[in-house]
Amino acid sequence: MGLKRGHRAHPLEWLAERAIFAVSLLAIVMVFLIFIFIGREALPVLLGRMNTALVQQTIPVEQMDRLSPEALQKYLGLTPTQFKNLDRDTLRTLMELKIETSQGASGDKDATVNSAEWRYLLGPHQWTGYSKPEYIWQPVSQIPKYNLVPLIIGSLKVTLVALVFSVPLALGAAVYVSQLARPRIREIAKPTIELLAGIPSVVLGFFALIVMATALQKLFGYQSRLNALNAGLALGISVIPVVFSIAEDALTSVPRSYVQAALALGASQWKAAWQVVLPAALPGIFAAVALGFGRAIGETMIVLMASGNASIVSASLLDSTRTITATIAAELGEVVFGSAHYRLLFLIGVLLFAVTFLTNLAADLVMHRVKGRMEGRR
Amino acid sequence: MTAAVSTVPSQGRAYRSASYDWGSFIGSSACRIATLLIVAILVVIFGNIAWHGAPYLSWRFVSTGTATDMFDIQKAGIFPMIFGTTARVMIMTVLVLPAGVLTAIYLTEYARTNSPLTRVIRGAVNNLAGVPSIVFGLFGAGFFVRFIGAGMDSVLNEGQARTVWGQPGLLWASATLAVMTLPVVIVATEESLRAIPQGLREASLALGATKLETILRVVLPQAIPGILTGGILAISRAAGEVAPILFTGAAYYMADLPKTLHDQFMDLGYHVFILSTQSPNVEKTQPLLYATVLTLLLLTLLLNLAAIFVRAHMRKNLRILH
Repeated sequence: MGLKRGHRAHPLEWLAERAIFAVSLLAIVMVFLIFIFIGREALPVLLGRMNTALVQQTIPVEQMDRLSPEALQKYLGLTPTQFKNLDRDTLRTLMELKIETSQGASGDKDATVNSAEWRYLLGPHQWTGYSKPEYIWQPVSQIPKYNLVPLIIGSLKVTLVALVFSVPLALGAAVYVSQLARPRIREIAKPTIELLAGIPSVVLGFFALIVMATALQKLFGYQSRLNALNAGLALGISVIPVVFSIAEDALTSVPRSYVQAALALGASQWKAAWQVVLPAALPGIFAAVALGFGRAIGETMIVLMASGNASIVSASLLDSTRTITATIAAELGEVVFGSAHYRLLFLIGVLLFAVTFLTNLAADLVMHRVKGRMEGRR
Repeated sequence: MTAAVSTVPSQGRAYRSASYDWGSFIGSSACRIATLLIVAILVVIFGNIAWHGAPYLSWRFVSTGTATDMFDIQKAGIFPMIFGTTARVMIMTVLVLPAGVLTAIYLTEYARTNSPLTRVIRGAVNNLAGVPSIVFGLFGAGFFVRFIGAGMDSVLNEGQARTVWGQPGLLWASATLAVMTLPVVIVATEESLRAIPQGLREASLALGATKLETILRVVLPQAIPGILTGGILAISRAAGEVAPILFTGAAYYMADLPKTLHDQFMDLGYHVFILSTQSPNVEKTQPLLYATVLTLLLLTLLLNLAAIFVRAHMRKNLRILH
């Protein structure tokens, strides 16, 4: 839309224009910074540099002087500034402590396990006291267990319920509002449905926790009050306006002449909508569902309040579930800065960011292509 | 066009089946029912919250603090939370509006429509809009609190081991929310800038105004309702968000109102979360919870309605212009 300028700009104006340009790069910078700063905290785990094993190779206290300062600092797991501020006696005590913890836990074979290694993060492991290899997320325990599989399954389960519930409803409403309804009804229905987007997620979470959970339990008579079904349905309510708005947009932007041609050929209004408009708007509808998926998998407060938050691996929708987002929200507040647990929470944050980044990108590309085609045709 | 047309059935079928068109009836009924169901969900949610919450709303409730008992409707109020939410949202607006408006001006007035850079900026804006709110929370904690805040501490009060900025606080929560709502402001402003007739710009340039003068004196005044809409939408989105402020500034309990930008604050949405999950006596807390939820809901709804109203007003004005 920019107009070409025929003359050279005043220096001050040139400066202002440069400033506007610089500010407009902020969005790009922010996306980069998000990636860098979440990735930075997760990097040690990503590269396998964390060691959470309780029993490690210990060095007798007497050999302290033989170690170089760097080696000692690394052995005790301190940062350079921390190391500088500690005197010799404290370092000695730390070394003794290290040997003590190592001896205290040596009865358990799991104590030698570094549970922040990739094979323990993703594969099953038979922990002491378990009868078979299992996937366990249990970051606060004698031997922390950081398996990500229960969280990933939990997130997918809740998202699936949300999409199965919300996509048909939202698409049906989008078809109705954009194609079938009379103009007066359309003008009321559209903003009403979009009002759903204005409900804060914490309010939906509250509603699912206090009202829906009780009602659903009465209806189906299942065991645990808070479960994947309850969280999924509440999540679905928050996904409906996302899918509806984009799908409705896509359906409305199909040229009116398509419908008119179909009607002129004797199709009913429904047939014109179903067999002509819907296929033409399919890429936009794909984008709507993709963005709905991104919204569902990234939603935090609803699942944190309504899913029960037990990290169980199961296919049942009626079991309590813990998702990636809820795990970050519930655990980051109490975690020790720089610990393996802290880094793992950022790691699942990176995972979440990557997933939504890719869904957005896919939706964006599809929409861009469609927009070009529609504008070219009109 | 070929793909779309080939899916139309031969019109003969519609003629031959003289009986009632059941397929169309079922299809359109299903869509109508879907619409009704969504509206019903909306009504149930609003109805339930209004019905249980309205009796407990009072002036005392919104004007007192929680000094005596946080979970008791008779004594507890939510003034500190309303204050905290208002403060963080206002600081956020101050941060996000200039950045968002300038970006929108660049995109509509200066950028060439399909240059790679423009597409990358647009892609970044779209992407930012889709980043999960909890990821913004992680980012705020990692970038604003741990990097900028800690950095400011080591520069401002060197030698002292005191943390002032390197901890969660009002400014960092607002900044995190500003990053989150940047796309909202950009999209709304851009929309209003694009709706301004090109002829206005051309007329201004033809009269000898420079490009910047045209933007400042002709284009921007016309776009003010759009900017306002963007601001209101950003505020209503941010007012209800909890996940981004969990680790960047919201506090479980504060005896005093925040006085400086690095103080923590109590927040309406976070308070809803606390009341629903941490209460020692669920039954007793319920009225308080409903009243708090209703306040939050009314706040965000009013903001949304204001945005709709301003936008409708803007459309009417533009129609006169065209």
